[in-house]
Amino acid sequence: MHDFDYVAPTTLDEAIAALAKHDGQARCLAGGTDLIDQMRTGRRRPALVVDVKKIPELNALVVSDDGLRLGAAVPCSDVYRNEGVAQDYAALADAARIIGGIQIQNRASIGGNVCNSSPAADSVPALIALQAVCVIAGPNGPREVPIERFFTGPGGNVLEAGELLVELRMPPRPPRSGSHYRRFIPRNEMDIAVVGVGASVQLEDDGRTVAAARIGLGAVAPTPLLAEEAARVLVGRSVDDEAALSDAAEAARAVIRPIDDMRGTKAFRSHVTGVLVQRVVRAAAARARGESLDYCPGH
Amino acid sequence: MATVEKQRQRKYRVLGTRPVRHDGVDKVTGRARYGADTHLPGMLYAAMLRSPHAHARIVSIDTSAAEAMPGVHAVVTREDFPDVSNRIVELGEGAVNLGHLSQNVMARNKVLYKGHAVAAVAADSIHIAREAAQRIRVEYEILPPVLDVLEAMSDDAPVLNEDVRTEEFGGGTGDRPTNVAKHFHYEKGDVEAGFARAAVIVEREFRTATVHQGYIEPHAATALWNPDGHVTIWTCTQGSFTARQQTAELLGLPVSRVRVIPTEIGGGFGGKISVYLEPVAALLAKKSGRPVKLVMDRSEVLEGTGPTPGSYIRVKMGADRDGRITAAEAYLAYEAGAFPGSPINPGCMCIFACYDVPNGRIDGYDVCVNKPRTNAYRAPGATNAAFAAETVIDEICEQLGMDPLEFRLKNAAVEGTRRIDGVTYSRIGMKETVEAILNSEHYRSELKGPNRGRGVASGFWFNVGLKSTVVATVNPDGTVSLVEGSTDIGGTRTSVAMQLAETLGIAAEDVQPLVADTDSVGYTDVTGGSRVTFSTGIAAIEAAKDIQRQMCERAALIWDCPVDQVRYEDGRVVGPDGQAFTFKELAALVPSTGEPIVGRGTSGKANQGGAFATEVVDVEVDPDTGKVQILRFTVAQDAGCAVHPSYVEGQMQGGVVQGIGWALNEEYIYDDQGRMLNNTFLDYRIPTCYDVPMIDTIIVEVPDPNHPYGVRGVGEVPIVPPPAAIANAIYRAVGVRMDRLPMSPPRVLEKILQSRAAAPAQ
Ligand SMILES: Cc1cc2nc3c(=O)[nH]c(=O)nc-3n(C[C@H](O)[C@H](O)[C@H](O)COP(=O)(O)OP(=O)(O)OC[C@H]3O[C@@H](n4cnc5c(N)ncnc54)[C@H](O)[C@@H]3O)c2cc1C
Repeated sequence: MHDFDYVAPTTLDEAIAALAKHDGQARCLAGGTDLIDQMRTGRRRPALVVDVKKIPELNALVVSDDGLRLGAAVPCSDVYRNEGVAQDYAALADAARIIGGIQIQNRASIGGNVCNSSPAADSVPALIALQAVCVIAGPNGPREVPIERFFTGPGGNVLEAGELLVELRMPPRPPRSGSHYRRFIPRNEMDIAVVGVGASVQLEDDGRTVAAARIGLGAVAPTPLLAEEAARVLVGRSVDDEAALSDAAEAARAVIRPIDDMRGTKAFRSHVTGVLVQRVVRAAAARARGESLDYCPGH
Repeated sequence: MATVEKQRQRKYRVLGTRPVRHDGVDKVTGRARYGADTHLPGMLYAAMLRSPHAHARIVSIDTSAAEAMPGVHAVVTREDFPDVSNRIVELGEGAVNLGHLSQNVMARNKVLYKGHAVAAVAADSIHIAREAAQRIRVEYEILPPVLDVLEAMSDDAPVLNEDVRTEEFGGGTGDRPTNVAKHFHYEKGDVEAGFARAAVIVEREFRTATVHQGYIEPHAATALWNPDGHVTIWTCTQGSFTARQQTAELLGLPVSRVRVIPTEIGGGFGGKISVYLEPVAALLAKKSGRPVKLVMDRSEVLEGTGPTPGSYIRVKMGADRDGRITAAEAYLAYEAGAFPGSPINPGCMCIFACYDVPNGRIDGYDVCVNKPRTNAYRAPGATNAAFAAETVIDEICEQLGMDPLEFRLKNAAVEGTRRIDGVTYSRIGMKETVEAILNSEHYRSELKGPNRGRGVASGFWFNVGLKSTVVATVNPDGTVSLVEGSTDIGGTRTSVAMQLAETLGIAAEDVQPLVADTDSVGYTDVTGGSRVTFSTGIAAIEAAKDIQRQMCERAALIWDCPVDQVRYEDGRVVGPDGQAFTFKELAALVPSTGEPIVGRGTSGKANQGGAFATEVVDVEVDPDTGKVQILRFTVAQDAGCAVHPSYVEGQMQGGVVQGIGWALNEEYIYDDQGRMLNNTFLDYRIPTCYDVPMIDTIIVEVPDPNHPYGVRGVGEVPIVPPPAAIANAIYRAVGVRMDRLPMSPPRVLEKILQSRAAAPAQ
């Protein structure tokens, strides 16, 4: 590994100043579960590493009437252990629970997962389903970007030199809503999503008819996707209607741009995207009705 | 699920009990020293430069920029290795072409796989060494790679080794360079007549992927080259004596100038028998005048060591109406990797070894391709073969409407059965393992639920004998210090100590086993071939008998009686007139009554009778994603005499888990240029604990007549049946026959979708 400098600022301003000074040669360090491995194998060679875990704003985790505020450096295990998140933002808890193993979850942050910007990042389809907004700070002041517009390509995002992600903000959950995230992996643990699907479903009073839905897709395009049409075709139809679910599956398949790689062929990814969309929408609807899921991560 | 152990009469005092292993505390506290834990004063750190190409000629190597870097002490390349071409040496487990071994350790004229070692650098730190290795300029003339075994056999395929000619079985050698290094051929009876008598004939083709042993500890070697010309090497090896011999031969030294000190070893499964790093570290040490440590990372392990071959296998089998096999035929082509030496011959000998086949023919080919030179992996060659044969048998049973275990009982090889390759069995336990599964609660239980299926398969592995040495010293406190040459991978310190204890009639805890280096103990072959508990066990029994004899002599001296009136009985020395010493009493008198008592035992004459396993698995297949979950798995295996049942169960479970890995996800994935794409444990998927249930074990004990206590090796055979058993279970779950390993979700889904398209639902 190459030589580099390290700072651990305790305020946002200091962090922004440190990042800005190194003009693209600095990287934030949250849990380091991506960054340290990338540095060890020479894929990234930052001159300065800025540890962001000591900045208070990045450690916030608040569920209130205004929704969820999730500091970018909060580790996954804090996320899924938080009852408010587990209850109302279940898709995010589902994702946090399957990122790596227990040791990884104690370090890895959702902010890091987002900023690493892998198309297969597990938290992102859940964040898309939950309508997350990225709150960014930088030398030119703060700005907000909806999560589905944060990514520019594999490993790429809208952050400019000197900018950092402060927190992810999600609106309060509507009544009779539920959410779920699930991925397909060849093993039952420790793997990268071949396909990942997050969905949020709001039901009408009858507990069957879809009032609103949002579906996020991962690992099936250069960036995670918001599958708007797939969600739209569900509205006004029953979640028990097989035709509605298969229309949603088809619509999802229509927007993806999967690649052939060793983790799965285009045809396999496309098929499994449809399968997971149906399973995840059904599960989110069940949660919207207050049912608990009999679901074994990985299976 | 609890382990089912067959009720048996306690014949022995120590054997069959479960004492705490002697090396347990060191291992659970982290105190045990593994390969990379070696630290010497003034030690340098080395890094290897490896080929980025699968096939290329090395035009030139310029090391000047690396040598000029501050902190760099030595660089070695092909120039530093003596030319040992065309020398064939016997290395315990078979003859090895030294030229090929040398070229595998350091490329000479060509690189033959991505990851092939090209140069190495020793420096003050690993970071400097790595940086310097990157500054070595290698000019390559890139050649087309050949990656597929059948393509490599064709006449117009690029040839890897100019010196390879096809060696025909029973004499004869081809006259032109080729990738087909060897052709084996076995025949028995009248194959055509056998097929003519068959009521059912099934013929199928199979493919299996290259898979790695996946031992947790990467290779590591540290070398010290003394100015007097003596070399000392610390390494995690399966055989310190073979490491010594290979290193000496490759460096052109007499074996006595090389001392190998084996460290603790974190798994090998056959992959830590060939040397990779030892000669390189030694040469770096010689050039730099400092001790040098060389450690691989996981990608180097996957790309630069010896996995087990991918293969193409065709099997044809016929049976009559009653389910008796009438004839069987197999064609096997195994990828040797860069240099000849795949386990094709064991594959040929194992493929029908579970059965009494009256008429049979087997052809096997050892074929070079641009992948790492393959090496042994737990029952090498047998798992590939069993996948093919045991799947074909399942299909025959289906066509005959016969229970697959009944079929196996009917055709099981027994004492006196002659295999197609000519060997006649002594007492073996194939039948007993089938009966154990037939009678198991698992097999008798009903499997309910959609997309679920149950499959069975059997497997055979030879187990080898080879040579071992044990020296045992009686201590005045009544304990015995046991020195052996077998590196301990699977708990063999304890299983060998227990046999010495049993023979002396003392407690296992009163034996202190120590694995010694090559200067401190007599010659001992590798820890491999499931041989240590068998063969080093025999040496320990011999050492114990030697102690018995000396104890009797000592007692006779003390009692002043003729030695033929003294006998050793039940841990006591018994003389005339009711005189007797316990072992401890006499041990206490040894220092004051004469010379030390040191027992010596060697083994090498006995061969093992072979091991069998039969396994049953329940799976559930997700019909929409092709993913297979293992619901339940039971293995029945003949252990001969389970010296330490916990370790026997551990070996059975470990073998099955690796077999599940072969079955479901493990494979080397290459691009068309021969670059491995999945060279980390992220994408080379060995099973995690979430992927396997608790594996139930049934220990069967049919004593091996070749061992005093009936011991059979247990380490290898359990890996043989799982891929076939799982394929058979998948068929019963979703109606598709899998003919390719691994049976990963995309492959299973593809078959399911194909079969749906072929037979649309009504
Ligand atoms: C064994 C293992 C298993 C894994 N399994 C999974 C898995 O199942 N699913 C999955 O999605 N991922 C997985 N990962 C990847 C990784 O753990 C996750 O992406 C994790 O969420 C990254 O978070 P972190 O806090 O460790 O990020 P870091 O490594 O600290 O940072 C990641 C990247 O984001 C940047 N960054 C971090 N914080 C900020 C910020 N506030 N502002 C701007 N940039 C920032 C860093 O500079 C870096 O480029 C695994 C990793 C390992 C080692």
